[in-house]
Amino acid sequence: MLEIITFSLLNGVVYGLLLFMVSSGLTLIFSMMGVLNFAHASMFMLGAYFSYQISRWIGFWPALVIAPLLVGAIGAAAERFGLRHVHRQGHVAEILFTFGLAYLIVEFVVMVWGRNPIENQVPATIDFPLFTLFGTRYPFYKGLMTAIALAMFAFLYLAFRRTRLGLVIRAALTHPQMVSALGHDVPRIFVLVFAIGSALAGLAGVIGGFALLTEPSMAQALGPIVFVVVVVGGLGSISGAFIASMLIGIVQTFAVALDYSLLDLLRLVRVAVPPDSPFYEISAIKIAQAAPLIPYLLLVAMLIVRPRGLLGTRET
Amino acid sequence: MTRGDDIGVPSRAPEVVLRQWTTSYRVWLGAASVLLVLPFFPGLGSDFSRSLLSQMGIAAVFALSYSLLLGQTGLLSFGHAVYFGLGAYAGIHLMRAINAGLPVPMPLVPIAGAAAGLAFGMLFGSLTTRRAGVVFALISLGVGELVLAAMRMVQGFSGGEEGITADRGAGPHVFGLTFASQLEIYYVIAFWAVLSAALMVAFLRTPVGRMCNAVRDNAERAEFIGYDPVRVRFIAFSVAAMFAGLAGGLHALNYEIVAADAVGPARSGAVLLMAYIGGVANFLGAILGAVVITWLQVSLSDYTTAWQLYLGLFFMAVVLFAPNGLAGLLLMHVRLFRTGAWIAVLKAYAIAAVPAGALVAGAVALLEINYRRATQPEAGPQLKLFGVTMDTSTPWPWLAASGLVIFGLVALRRSWPLVTAAWRHAGDETRRRGEARS
Repeated sequence: MLEIITFSLLNGVVYGLLLFMVSSGLTLIFSMMGVLNFAHASMFMLGAYFSYQISRWIGFWPALVIAPLLVGAIGAAAERFGLRHVHRQGHVAEILFTFGLAYLIVEFVVMVWGRNPIENQVPATIDFPLFTLFGTRYPFYKGLMTAIALAMFAFLYLAFRRTRLGLVIRAALTHPQMVSALGHDVPRIFVLVFAIGSALAGLAGVIGGFALLTEPSMAQALGPIVFVVVVVGGLGSISGAFIASMLIGIVQTFAVALDYSLLDLLRLVRVAVPPDSPFYEISAIKIAQAAPLIPYLLLVAMLIVRPRGLLGTRET
Repeated sequence: MTRGDDIGVPSRAPEVVLRQWTTSYRVWLGAASVLLVLPFFPGLGSDFSRSLLSQMGIAAVFALSYSLLLGQTGLLSFGHAVYFGLGAYAGIHLMRAINAGLPVPMPLVPIAGAAAGLAFGMLFGSLTTRRAGVVFALISLGVGELVLAAMRMVQGFSGGEEGITADRGAGPHVFGLTFASQLEIYYVIAFWAVLSAALMVAFLRTPVGRMCNAVRDNAERAEFIGYDPVRVRFIAFSVAAMFAGLAGGLHALNYEIVAADAVGPARSGAVLLMAYIGGVANFLGAILGAVVITWLQVSLSDYTTAWQLYLGLFFMAVVLFAPNGLAGLLLMHVRLFRTGAWIAVLKAYAIAAVPAGALVAGAVALLEINYRRATQPEAGPQLKLFGVTMDTSTPWPWLAASGLVIFGLVALRRSWPLVTAAWRHAGDETRRRGEARS
């Protein structure tokens, strides 16, 4: 029992950190520019594919640096040559642009690497156990992932709270005219924010690509959960995103380990549901099966109880 | 703002023109009679084309309901297929009940779909419509994923990925009609499509419908004159969900099978593409988008496996260059044609068409070569494109295609000012004539 709890907790934390790495860039872009970036999970996917390709050419450690930079450059180009032009048509047009971009990135990935999953294995340089617990080895790359995620959190927090650039970026969100009147190039700040956000997603992809199956549908699989994290944490709050990621990561990992259903609970209180009753099918669903539902149920519950999210300061 | 106004053609806004069209009974009678004789047009007599027409009809109702949401009320949803899919499930379960002996005629099945759509629309709408804009978009996405995950879980009800089936032919026969043939089902779909379109136009002309537009344009002002925007959004959302459910019921009737992907995000994305490519500013756009995209889906997938890529590029082109969609472009040209200043514009188009054609041909060639290499390596290096057989293992096809793209891009940049100048000239001309008359 202790073994299950320890490993569920460890895996939950790692999954939560993965969610945080992806959602931090998304919440950064959203809070700075008010743009809901549907292509964000696609940037994560590009990070995974790029690192796979670059690792094959020149090794893993250079890939860890080059792949996020490449993804950041793609993000900057998307902002400069696409998003900026639809900006004046309002937020709906911006969302639709990123939605279309996500669609095209999937097709691009299919065109270059094919439809089937690629063998994105943990490279030999980081494939060794970090420690052994209950006879099970805990891999080093998960430890690396934890370190990178925590470093990312510290970087974002300090960069935006403690540096001059962060001050200018925060001011550019609420008072763009004033900031540009003071001599700052606001459009360039937006390109920079988009590039940083995308690069963070790309970095998450390099590390997270090992934990998930690297295939063209991985963006579609991860994207909605990342959106849930951003809403539950509170739109635009980095700390909120961190807490929400850990919450969803841990809860979902524990749920997968639970092999009980409503039927078992009812049996415990001596209520029998006959197999031909219309409620039998619903009550026979195991918690483990219902695990994919949990983030979305959390989203709905959060909207009823606290619409602004855990640490959000505003309603919209 | 319409694009026509941007470049100076002074005329009535397309919405006004369309409102006059849609309220004229002659237009409705005309549309109904066209639909009546359409399956007997030369070339449309086969079961395949009648099935395509039926698909277009279903897509049109679905896209219209989406246009009611996005275009008229300003709610961008990424989960509209939830109501379509649940309506389809209600329809297929009613059909199974009819197969088992329930005395209900098959053409009434869409009513069950509409009822399910309305019920779930009210249930989820009461939660999601509290906010508009970006947050609404996010939540609609979450609800879509929630319902898809739930549907995959209740296999007995939904049939999972394989789906559940029913037989539309096994039910009470009305006036000797069995509804088993594609022609009969086409007429059922056409009837429901015209009725839904008329009802949606009628809804927009009620005070609530007008308030939807007011809430879209400025929720705060709508509140000042005494209307609760949340309530208005809720009503619009429920009505849109009802018609999406009706489209789902038609889907069940047409295909006789419904699977879990009917509620999924792919279908929600597809209806968004249809409505937006067609143009969400008016109802004509949704119908146009549904017809064009359905046709593209069916016909492009015959020619190329990369059709989704082309659809995505088409969508991006509309988002970037034609925010009013195909309908906006169409209405712009209808107005131009009426002013009589269209010859100069046509000439400019003819000049710009050469580089545009080169650009498209080069891009298509590049995409096809790449796509073939990545997804069908077993097909070998020989590729036949535009009637030309090429060997993709040599660099020549790549160089030729890249050359076409570069030439097209450069030449298009240089010739496009001709087109905008011709449009500006046409606008000036019309204005001068208008002044001379008055």
